[in-house]
Amino acid sequence: MRQNDIILQTTTKIVLFIILAFSVFMFFNGHNNPGGGFVGGLMTSSAIVLFMLAFGLETTKRILPFDFKLVAASGLLIAILTGMGSFVFGVPFLSHTFGYFTIPILGEMELATATLFDLGVYLVVVGVTLTIIQTIGEDS
Amino acid sequence: MFTALHFAIIMPFIAAILVPFLYKQFARIHTGWFVLIVPVLLFIYFIQYIPLTANGQTVTSVFNWVPSLNLNFIAYVDGLGLLFALLITGIGSLVVLYSIYYLSKEKEALNNFYVFLLMFMGAMLGVVLSDNLIVLYTFWEITSLSSFLLISYWYEREQSRYGALKSLLITVIGGFAMLVGFVLVYKMTGTFSIQEIVASAETITGHPLFLPAMLLILLGAFTKSAQFPFHIWLPDAMEAPTPVSAYLHSATMVKAGIYLVARLSPIFAVKGEWLWLVAGFGIVTLFWGSFTAVRQTDLKGILAYSTISQLGMILSMLGVGAAALHFDSIDNNLYIGATTAALFHLINHATFKGSLFMMVGIVDHETGTRDIRYLGGLMTIMPITFTVAVIGSFSMAGLPPFNGFLSKEMFFTSMVQITNLGMFNIETFGVLFPVIAWIASVFTFIYSMIIVFKTFAGNMHPGLVRANIHEAPLGMLISPIVLISLVVIFGFFPNILAHSIIEPAMASILPSLLGGNEQFYVNIRFWHGFSTELYMTIGVVVIGLLLFMSLRKWAGIYRLFPESLSFNRLYDQLLVTTENVSTILTSWYMKGSVRQYLMYIMVFFTLILTVVLFGKGAFTVNTTNLAPISIYEAVLAASLVIAALLTMFASTRLKAVIGLGATGYIVSLFFVIFRAPDLALTQLTIETVSVALFLLCFYHLPEITKGAKKVRFQPGNFIISLAVGVTITLIAISASSSKLFDSISSFFSEASHDLAGGDNMVNVILVDFRGFDTLFEILVLGIAAMGIYTMIRLRITGRNRP
Repeated sequence: MRQNDIILQTTTKIVLFIILAFSVFMFFNGHNNPGGGFVGGLMTSSAIVLFMLAFGLETTKRILPFDFKLVAASGLLIAILTGMGSFVFGVPFLSHTFGYFTIPILGEMELATATLFDLGVYLVVVGVTLTIIQTIGEDS
Repeated sequence: MFTALHFAIIMPFIAAILVPFLYKQFARIHTGWFVLIVPVLLFIYFIQYIPLTANGQTVTSVFNWVPSLNLNFIAYVDGLGLLFALLITGIGSLVVLYSIYYLSKEKEALNNFYVFLLMFMGAMLGVVLSDNLIVLYTFWEITSLSSFLLISYWYEREQSRYGALKSLLITVIGGFAMLVGFVLVYKMTGTFSIQEIVASAETITGHPLFLPAMLLILLGAFTKSAQFPFHIWLPDAMEAPTPVSAYLHSATMVKAGIYLVARLSPIFAVKGEWLWLVAGFGIVTLFWGSFTAVRQTDLKGILAYSTISQLGMILSMLGVGAAALHFDSIDNNLYIGATTAALFHLINHATFKGSLFMMVGIVDHETGTRDIRYLGGLMTIMPITFTVAVIGSFSMAGLPPFNGFLSKEMFFTSMVQITNLGMFNIETFGVLFPVIAWIASVFTFIYSMIIVFKTFAGNMHPGLVRANIHEAPLGMLISPIVLISLVVIFGFFPNILAHSIIEPAMASILPSLLGGNEQFYVNIRFWHGFSTELYMTIGVVVIGLLLFMSLRKWAGIYRLFPESLSFNRLYDQLLVTTENVSTILTSWYMKGSVRQYLMYIMVFFTLILTVVLFGKGAFTVNTTNLAPISIYEAVLAASLVIAALLTMFASTRLKAVIGLGATGYIVSLFFVIFRAPDLALTQLTIETVSVALFLLCFYHLPEITKGAKKVRFQPGNFIISLAVGVTITLIAISASSSKLFDSISSFFSEASHDLAGGDNMVNVILVDFRGFDTLFEILVLGIAAMGIYTMIRLRITGRNRP
């Protein structure tokens, strides 16, 4: 029995991007303001969960053909690689550095290796949350 | 330095490694022939030490094992060690020779047998030739272990396994006690070397640990040497193959305890307790062993109890010999004779008991039974075996002209001497010694006669004995004949051993009596005049003969002691009770209910924490650091309490889940007003997700248990939870009241921007300052996800269950 979820689906289409944008904002903002990889990842997942609620698991799978277990694994890999990157410069594991660069269009920006680590966190959180929800959802 | 002496000690172990290869490679030759080389070579090697020790010299060579712990393999040869080494290798050679004919090449697992036997031989050599107590203990336990393996050689028999387990349990308990005793000795003297301890023996007699050390070491010696009441393992060890019984359980291993007593006499014997304990336990064992031997019907059973009794006799003589230390003069010191007698009997017992065991093995081998009720009339069929039995038994009974007679006379002498001892209220108890000794000798006489006459005299038991019984093959007879000739030779020429073997051994046991270049002078005489001892022996023979003749009439007294009161029954009961009690105890508290275990954990922590908190006076209340309470906090706290109560007293599960969600959101509000935006964000989202998961669980509950069920009120749970809450609150109050040092957070707030280039201090700590934690937290998340995935996806259903 499939209901006609036209309102939900339409709202989702609009809200989804707002949430996604907000989560990306949260992620990049994390270093200087509240936010970061963890919350950003949870936000992204919640956007996708909303999509799942509105369009069903099958559609989600078609739109986002990722194996979320791999997403989590690649997040872990990124986090570890950023840590290992310190070895190249002969400094202890997970030593981060940062600098200010002038980038075309965006102007002067602070770039920190910690963000790469945070990206790992972000991917792990997204992968883990969605793996759990997808697995449980498909089971019942 | 690793010397030839060390090599001699570990040579049996090396040989044991080679045995399985020889067994496989030369399957057509009986493995025993290869093994035989080892004890023979060692025997020849050790004989070379006799001139050395006879001159009062000793050999010490040190091989560093763990020098930092004072554990060095010190090989030490003196008279006592050499006596035992010669016994071990000499009788070892004979036993190996005997076993070649006794054990069938085709039917038996010979590789196992000789590996165990060589292990035992090496361990035994190590025990008697080690000067370091811990090394001695190591070898001691290897003897226990290899004895265990040898007793259970026919492991498919239930009785073998029972006997092996029993002997292991008893000897290892004693061994552990002995180890503790050794450690106490080390505590007192600071060295593990026996010779150094002997040198400093006088300084430790007053030490409070002296007596405990003595008792523990004696416990080890008594269990190993099967002294009353630890003798019960020896009769059950008779399930071993007969060569093993002959070697381990008559000649060598059971004498390890005696060796230990003799070896440590110079340390402990100055105390009167030593004399009483050693002589007392010895004499009781002597009596009990000989008394019980008479009622046995199995020949090996008789010999087992006889061994127990003879070991008791040797020990009692050693104990009395310790009295010699209380009299300074060596010339007319009568108690020295007791030590001489002990050593002489030690040798004698090894010879005649070894031959008797081999004799029983032959009878068993030829007739198929060892039960004296079915045996009889073998005299004419097996004349050589009969001769062996007669000489061995008569020597054991203490009849002239065999060596047993001499040692028995000397034994009586020492027992009579003890009554003259003017110490330890000897007036009242001392007279018991010769009386018990005499009664025990009468029983010894009786069972010796039983062995000979019930087996060989009379008529053959028809039907129960095999048809074609004949004399044993020559190879099987060599060893008992050699031993029995020694019995006769030592009987007629006892002094051939005196200077070469016994005197140096005495010097090891009673070193403090010798000053300078003095040496003991031992002269064992066959005829010592019409003295008390001679009349005692005549009495033994006369009364013993009368009692043997009338055995049937008085054997009923054994039924006066019900079997249920025996030590064996006690041991069995003890094992069963221990098992039952521990089962009951375990099932009493390990109920398998998580609720119970949580209660234990909570009660335990509450008790420990409150006791420590108040016991150490750590509870303080200090309000100076407290911030004022704002209206928001008060309102939030009140609603938090309400939400928590709602969760606890919810009538349905759905309400409880909602209550829990409310609690979580209120907590995130707390984070907001306590200015933790990151925490608040995370808490909000996580709470949402977990409430959703709770609802999922709730939705999938089975219909039967889904019904609305209020939490049952249980006073115990209420009290415990209250106690936990109060304890944690108290701890939190005192923790926040006592600020011992400043927080390190100022560093983070200062360095966050300059060092890490970030203004969000929380995030900087998470990814930069303490990124390592985060790394593993995301790993935890990943593992959780994989766990959920596998739990749900990989279901092994009934049919494809592996």
